[in-house]
Amino acid sequence: MIEVRNLSKHFGDKVAVDQLSFTVKKGEVLGFLGPNGAGKSTTMRMITGYLPMTGGSVNIGGADVVEDELAAKSRIGYLPENAPLYNDMSVDGFLRFAAELRQVPAGQITEAVDKAVETCFLQSVRQQSIDTLSKGYRHRTCLAQSIIHDPDVLILDEPTDGLDPNQKHEARELIRRMGEDKAIVFSTHILEEVEAACTRAIIIDEGRIVADGTPDELKNQATHAGVVVTRLKGLAGSGIKQELERLSEAGSLKICDSGDDNICARVDPAKGKSSEDLSSAIFHMAVDKNLTVEELRIEEGRLDDVFRQVTQSDTATGKA
Amino acid sequence: MGNAITAVLLDFALPALVVSAVFLALLKFVMPPAVRTVFKREVRSYFMSPIAYVCVVTFLLVSNGISFWFGGVLERGEADLYMSYFQYLPWFFIVVAPAVGMRLWSEEQRLGTMELMLTMPIAPWQAIVGKYLAASVVLFSMLVLSFPIVLTVNYLGSPDNGVMLAGFVASLLVALSFLSITSLVSAFTRSQIVALLISIGLCLFVWLVGLQPVSDSLLKLFPSMPWISSFVSGLSVLTHFNELSKGILVSRDLIFFLSFIVFCLFGTAVGLRLNRS
Repeated sequence: MIEVRNLSKHFGDKVAVDQLSFTVKKGEVLGFLGPNGAGKSTTMRMITGYLPMTGGSVNIGGADVVEDELAAKSRIGYLPENAPLYNDMSVDGFLRFAAELRQVPAGQITEAVDKAVETCFLQSVRQQSIDTLSKGYRHRTCLAQSIIHDPDVLILDEPTDGLDPNQKHEARELIRRMGEDKAIVFSTHILEEVEAACTRAIIIDEGRIVADGTPDELKNQATHAGVVVTRLKGLAGSGIKQELERLSEAGSLKICDSGDDNICARVDPAKGKSSEDLSSAIFHMAVDKNLTVEELRIEEGRLDDVFRQVTQSDTATGKA
Repeated sequence: MGNAITAVLLDFALPALVVSAVFLALLKFVMPPAVRTVFKREVRSYFMSPIAYVCVVTFLLVSNGISFWFGGVLERGEADLYMSYFQYLPWFFIVVAPAVGMRLWSEEQRLGTMELMLTMPIAPWQAIVGKYLAASVVLFSMLVLSFPIVLTVNYLGSPDNGVMLAGFVASLLVALSFLSITSLVSAFTRSQIVALLISIGLCLFVWLVGLQPVSDSLLKLFPSMPWISSFVSGLSVLTHFNELSKGILVSRDLIFFLSFIVFCLFGTAVGLRLNRS
């Protein structure tokens, strides 16, 4: 549905987006992550045809954004950053305006507006003037505008920004539901959102993709992902430590707490061994030695650790 | 008296109606739906906010006031509005057209709604034309609402209503040219005030270069090249306004105004694109 090839954007000497390539298929929700100024909004603005690109191409469902601008734009629903709106219109008037511009046939406009109002929970403010709306309602009005023509492609720039936790939850649910039959790209700073709503995530930094995968794949890239954390009781700490080190599945080992008859350790799997192998080996060892297993778990990577790893390393080493 | 009213009706009400009808028909049947949608939104926005009313009322008060007090419509004893009325009108439009048009694109950029509009399936020129036409309606309504002065002179004497109509047409074209300058300027700034001031300056410029002293001094500066002087005055809105308002509908002048407006609107598109990249 969305095909981005070698997309670049230069502002003077500054390279904002550098040879970005990715595709989003129907049924996919792509989370677009990156620190501020990484080029997320710039990329989205080029995908939607707002910013002219310096190089590369964007194809929306077969229509090139530059060559076949109007066809491409008519397939996209776009929520710009900060949800800009015409303050002098009512919610209803604005959505009608958007429906007309987005080429909803005249006979179906009322129906389309009704549906969008319902989807975005705008019933109570429908006739209200936009400049009297709270931030949450403004955001939802702008979101309603983007889905009013039931587009195949949705580009949402920070769709949950400024919403309260309940609204955030609703918005994520909405994105996930819509993602079942659309191709969605949304950018965010909030990493739980990626886990909650995305089927795939891309982390970009300084205009380049630094990580790409499903949320789980990304989490596994965290340095401490797969570490087995265990707390065993029944022997002196040093004794248990020796037993642990003797396991062929165990690699390096870190003691977080050691007592007279217990130990807490973080154990890396040895090369070629999986975390599951290691944890069952530890369990069997504990049974053999008659130890009590108080804790035994495989540490999951956390997205924000991955995020920090991949976005900080570049700045630190001054690559790019 | 009865004759006067018939004359006014025939010469003004009818053309104004015809112009409006043609305009609406064009909008309805010829203009792409996107232009119509933008146009409708903008017109509503103008007349929902105080801008349109403030501009219209100020314009009417000042233009009528000046021509009665300073132009001496009544004292001249001529049933001709050129000297007393039409020669002042463009001066008001130098301020009024930018005041009406200053928000066209600057506001759109400041609020970020430009991003919303230009990512919808609408070509930039359609948005530019739609917004421009909406602002034109405000200026057009000012001139339509100036009709009492026509009634007044018809009541007082028997003027040449055809010439007067030409005066209105010429004034409208000048106003529209100034509006297109404002549209161009507003594409380059997010601030309405900046757009207003720069537009007034530019309108004043394209107006003043047509004044006799300017062409005279140009002639003195380049005595061997008289074409420079005539070229510059040929570029001025004033020269073409004078021709038209004398009642001579020359296609050359009409083409001048039309190309002037098209050029500025094209410049608006270029400006918006430059601003985005």
